[in-house]
Amino acid sequence: MIPPLFDYVRPSSVDEAVAALAEHGDEAKVLAGGHSLLPLMKLRLAAPAVLVDLGRLPELRGVRDDGDVLAIGAMTTHDTVVADPLVNAHVPALSHVTAMVGDQQVRNRGTIGGAIAHGDAAGDLPALMLALQAEMVCQGPSGTRTVPAREFFLDYLDTAVGDDEVLTEVRVPKLGEGWGYHYEKFQRVAQAWAIVGSVALVRRSNGAIAEARVGLTNMGTVPYRATATERALSGAPADPTTLKTASEAADQGTNPPSDLNAQADYRRHLARVLTRRALESAARL
Amino acid sequence: MSKIDPEELAEEVIEHHALGHPDGHDKSVGTSPRRKEDARLVTGSTNWTDNIVLPGMLQMAVLRSPMAHARITSIDVSAAKEQPGVIAAFTGAELADHWAGGLPCAWPVTSEMVSPVHLPIAVDTVRHAGEAVAVVVARDRYEVADALEFIDVEYEQLPAVVDLEQALRDEVLVHEDKGTNRTFDWPFAAGDIDAAFTAGEVHVKSRYFQQRLIPSAIEPRAVVVAPIAAADEYTLYSSTQIPHILRLMLALTCGVPEQKLRVVAPDVGGGFGSKLNVYAEEAIALVVAKQIGRPIKWTESRSEAFQATIHGRGQIQDIEIAATRDGKVTGLKVDLIADMGAYLQLVTPGVPILGAFMYPSIYKFDAYQFNCTGVFTTLTPTDAYRGAGRPEATYAIERIMDDLAAELGMDPLELRRRNWIAHEEFPFETIAGLTYDTGNYEAATAKAVELFDYEGLRREQAERRERGDSLQLGIGVSTFTEMCGLAPSRVLGSLSYGAGGWEAASIRMLPSGKVEVVTGTTPHGQGHETSWSQIASDALGVPYDDIEVLHGDTAVAPKGMDTYGSRSLVVGGIAVTKAAERVVEKARRVAAHMLEASEGDIEFDRGTFSVKGSPEASKTIQEISLAVFAAHDLPEGLEPTIDADSVFDPENFSFPHGTHLCAMEIDTETGRSRIHRYVCVDDIGNVINPQIVEGQVHGGLAQGIAQALYEEAVYDPEGNLTTGTWVDYMIPSAADLVDFITDRTETASTTNSLGVKGVGEAGTIASTPAVINAVIDALKPYGVTDIRMPASPERVWHTIQEAKAGNGQGHSTPYPHTQSAQAAPEASA
Repeated sequence: MIPPLFDYVRPSSVDEAVAALAEHGDEAKVLAGGHSLLPLMKLRLAAPAVLVDLGRLPELRGVRDDGDVLAIGAMTTHDTVVADPLVNAHVPALSHVTAMVGDQQVRNRGTIGGAIAHGDAAGDLPALMLALQAEMVCQGPSGTRTVPAREFFLDYLDTAVGDDEVLTEVRVPKLGEGWGYHYEKFQRVAQAWAIVGSVALVRRSNGAIAEARVGLTNMGTVPYRATATERALSGAPADPTTLKTASEAADQGTNPPSDLNAQADYRRHLARVLTRRALESAARL
Repeated sequence: MSKIDPEELAEEVIEHHALGHPDGHDKSVGTSPRRKEDARLVTGSTNWTDNIVLPGMLQMAVLRSPMAHARITSIDVSAAKEQPGVIAAFTGAELADHWAGGLPCAWPVTSEMVSPVHLPIAVDTVRHAGEAVAVVVARDRYEVADALEFIDVEYEQLPAVVDLEQALRDEVLVHEDKGTNRTFDWPFAAGDIDAAFTAGEVHVKSRYFQQRLIPSAIEPRAVVVAPIAAADEYTLYSSTQIPHILRLMLALTCGVPEQKLRVVAPDVGGGFGSKLNVYAEEAIALVVAKQIGRPIKWTESRSEAFQATIHGRGQIQDIEIAATRDGKVTGLKVDLIADMGAYLQLVTPGVPILGAFMYPSIYKFDAYQFNCTGVFTTLTPTDAYRGAGRPEATYAIERIMDDLAAELGMDPLELRRRNWIAHEEFPFETIAGLTYDTGNYEAATAKAVELFDYEGLRREQAERRERGDSLQLGIGVSTFTEMCGLAPSRVLGSLSYGAGGWEAASIRMLPSGKVEVVTGTTPHGQGHETSWSQIASDALGVPYDDIEVLHGDTAVAPKGMDTYGSRSLVVGGIAVTKAAERVVEKARRVAAHMLEASEGDIEFDRGTFSVKGSPEASKTIQEISLAVFAAHDLPEGLEPTIDADSVFDPENFSFPHGTHLCAMEIDTETGRSRIHRYVCVDDIGNVINPQIVEGQVHGGLAQGIAQALYEEAVYDPEGNLTTGTWVDYMIPSAADLVDFITDRTETASTTNSLGVKGVGEAGTIASTPAVINAVIDALKPYGVTDIRMPASPERVWHTIQEAKAGNGQGHSTPYPHTQSAQAAPEASA
């Protein structure tokens, strides 16, 4: 469990980090909390020649109130997000889901930016970012750009962050009044990845569902929104039958994998059941 | 008793006065003083083998075959030798001449058993993924890991054989020169089986699968070898359960004279049987250190541990039971195929044979027929894993008892009551030929039923079925027994085991009145330093804190048979009591001399010898110890020592038993199962340290439940381990389990002087069938009669779907999830 030899760079600013990436190109990997990258390196499945450690960049840590959005530094640890007052006041769904990432040790070290930039569709945060309609801020040699979550996750472990870019900030719109939320994470053991996860955000208005958003974890190489379910619920009455019927379409458009824990048909079934349950909780039925 | 109350425990520890027992207790035995070993173990500030650093020490790493079965067509270590820091590199061929023998199998269960030579490093053929093919030695662990990648090996891939029945067809031979994969056939028969199956008109037949398990001790293996080249002497440190056996076996394998080899098991972080072995890396490190003349360390990575440390279980069990309509069992047939893996490790063939004696369990019937066929596969070798044959046997008998109860329409507890050995019938010779000395199945079951609220849960189950609740409830029963205290040497001899089953202890009285207890057992988490101190404290009347227990070093504790098979207390603990009795008898003679009384008038009570009738004339055992050290004035003819040795060889096994009841709640929509309530009442005889017992039971339950619900080593058809990390190989943590409700009955064993039975394996053996019986009971309304382990959510869900579809044949996904789910009308659900 020893990684191959690598060089280590610890920049003291984001500009320095970007410069280091420019210098080393695709030989370099960004090190955040290390909870995804280091195991891959120890198993010798990844062998970057250079690690650019963002661990000493205070400007990438913390949660900032930026009007209609919360601006969360990419190096903010999961544990900080879980406890952050702004997150709990404005996007409690983020705290709720982040509290289920890995285990406490992972949450102490792992970061929101690392988890998102890793682009693992089995991770809990990518699907949530879709449902929250978050934006990711990437900084590269030619400056800063903002990528909406729906354009961010490209393929298995592949995101819109360029080889020469650093994910610096996650911008999460405040949810505002009337939103309920719930994450159904289905796993074999407590610290394992989700076999399937479904996170539901529901805004109710006058007994009806004004808006519902559903993010699906581990239903393909990228996270998904359960768009058919969302459409069916828009303006629909908030009752169990409606939610159940709408949930029957939760797996539409997904492409679930088959592995030791679940064949694709079982994943599709779970997506439907878990979505219904998540919606029931989020709609406070 | 259900949970350890931290405050209560703290109080007990604070109260625990100088003699090692709380106020109000006459004895230390039966109380729970703070474990002596915990401060260093839980802080890690101790001698784990990997913590050992010696001057000039080099690091060894092993290159392993990525293929299950292949011929090595070429292998070249020359580029690795050129890497920075590399001192040496060897192929299997280069070391082949250094072996005096292969790695040992000490249990040839039949005289015809096929026993291939097992060299520590493969020379021309590899037979399982993870088998060693070359080694590199470098200055540090980083250099050696990098250098491994420069070894060039070409393989010609051969077909793998991973399925036991396919292996028996001999289409692919694991050991070509042997001409067969069939390792042995071991039959046993007692009684008239045909008559028994005629008398019992109800027959139930099942096939159960014991999946392979990966032991997963928290400390992977590690070895350090320190040579004194000039003297051709070696000290070998290993994370092993068996330093004594290892010393003998390595001497034979590596051609090092036994007296020139000292083996040390420092603190060892768990084993569960996986460190009851003689491993390739131990032999390789010794031979390489001998070659190089410098100390060498090898530390196993977790990934290596998954493939290079033995696996457990791996059996197909065909079992058939016959009973009368009113539920009297008449006979039992068992036919096993046991997966040996690619080679026979230390006791591989003996594991299923130990199980052979446990299928009759606590029941009385007239005829028993057993056969076990061992078979080679191109997989990691199997060997003893917590319970070793007994969990497999207990699973099969307790599963089929529940199946039989269902067939008869009888409550599973009632069926057991009609067949178990009644309390007044002990001692009882079972149909398998064992003599159970004592037992009280009635008492343990009555207590368990009450704690569980059996009737109440049955009512709740009926209600949930009635209303078609998506959360169904199932109740599983396991009334188990096991044979522990391995073992009477004459019995081991009759089973062709290569050694005896005695255990040694010595007690050394130090001049200051302190005591050293030397034990041949080798604790790796069990707390022998604590328990043996408690026993010696009571026997000698010396304070608990004044006793030091020495173990795990052949230079310190030269005689021993080590720790496995729930034997340490039952055999080794008795040796401690016997040695203590001898110390007291010697001291009594000295006391009589010092007090100028006759020996017959000397009384001994809690550390003080006094003259009968005049208690003011007394000497403490500490005073006597000092007087013997000075040796100025001793009885005529007495050597100046009151130290004593003892070797205890038991006359019989001990037979712990218990009743475990499990209620499982199954989410029928997702297939997820959750333990709703778990009650176990174990009868392990008298108890030395209740807290240690509680810990053993909890850990054992977790491990048995893990087999039922979580763990499985899965191989693809090419023999690649697809569950190669803990991401895919699921081990439950405390977060996945419940608060167990545990209690005991105490029926003293009559086979040893302490009345103890052993507790290391009880929870593991009993819990697996309790959980699976509960899962199946929950799914009964769907007509489900069996499910493969582990009963993962997907398997449970698929089983329900098939049952609903009326398809009893098992579904067609690439690996078999379920065994059978008979068509039956969906109940009220």
